[in-house]
Amino acid sequence: MNPTVAAASVLAAALAVGLGAIGPGIGQGNAAGQAVEGIARQPEAEGKIRGTLLLSLAFMEALTIYGLVVALVLLFANPFA
Amino acid sequence: MEMLTVLNPLNLPLAELEVGKQFYWHLGNLEIHGQVFLTSWFVIGLLLIASILATRKIQLVPAGFQNMMEYAMEFIRSLAKDQIGEKEYRPWVPFIGTLFLFIFVSNWSGALLPWKLIHLPDGELAAPTGDINTTIALALITSLAYFYAGFSKKGLGYFGNYVQPVAFMLPFKMIEDFTKPLSLSFRLFGNILADELVVGVLVLLVPLFLPLPLMVLGLFTSAIQALIFATLAAAYIGEAMEEHHGEGHGEHH
Repeated sequence: MNPTVAAASVLAAALAVGLGAIGPGIGQGNAAGQAVEGIARQPEAEGKIRGTLLLSLAFMEALTIYGLVVALVLLFANPFA
Repeated sequence: MEMLTVLNPLNLPLAELEVGKQFYWHLGNLEIHGQVFLTSWFVIGLLLIASILATRKIQLVPAGFQNMMEYAMEFIRSLAKDQIGEKEYRPWVPFIGTLFLFIFVSNWSGALLPWKLIHLPDGELAAPTGDINTTIALALITSLAYFYAGFSKKGLGYFGNYVQPVAFMLPFKMIEDFTKPLSLSFRLFGNILADELVVGVLVLLVPLFLPLPLMVLGLFTSAIQALIFATLAAAYIGEAMEEHHGEGHGEHH
């Protein structure tokens, strides 16, 4: 592999995961905080809130996973190698 | 993976981390990933045996294994009912159930079964859903399913969905048809592969005990991913069959 392409790919992979983790991190924090508040206000709704929270957390996590997929492609299946 | 073999200086007999190495089978001009087929067949066989065993002697008051399978059935049925709606969900229960059970058992098989004890000439056995081809196939089947659901319910009127609620939505709805399978497949593939990679890297660093909590977390996320895939498939199907009461102007009411 061309060393410039290799260096650029490694950097890009790191950026893809790193930057991709920011948004979902904020989103998951918000969602979890609101869920805790919801449970504190209405403890009897805990089961329902927990189920919805887990499902939506997984959706947010998927966004980081997209970044991870791009990073993995760059590292192990680089189309420019 | 030269980078990661550096981390294993003592050459301990650990699972090697291999990404992008496949056990190729040649079928005419096609190269197929043999290890994925082997594990998928195993999962399919497992599910078949389980369903046959559970339905061989059906009792009115279920006990033991039949009980467990009935619980799974009820779970899938309520999932489909929640997403598709009381009226239409019945014919879609087998489809949603197949998706859920196949993905669930595949994900867990990757974590729970000692696949690494079986050596292949190339590549290694792992969860079939950790291969992009499997997840894309599942996602495309889901796409076909919701198109079929829409067309069989409304005929060509299904295209009316694309200009609901405003005609301005048309390009977005069209793009959505492509992003739905894309995000479905990438979400599942990425999550399963990430789980296996994280556990693999941690096993390379600390072989004993420390990876265990992460493995448990992996089991949890894999189960959630199976649930999400099935829920989304059901939601897309329900969306395709949805009636738009706002446009009807008293047709239904």
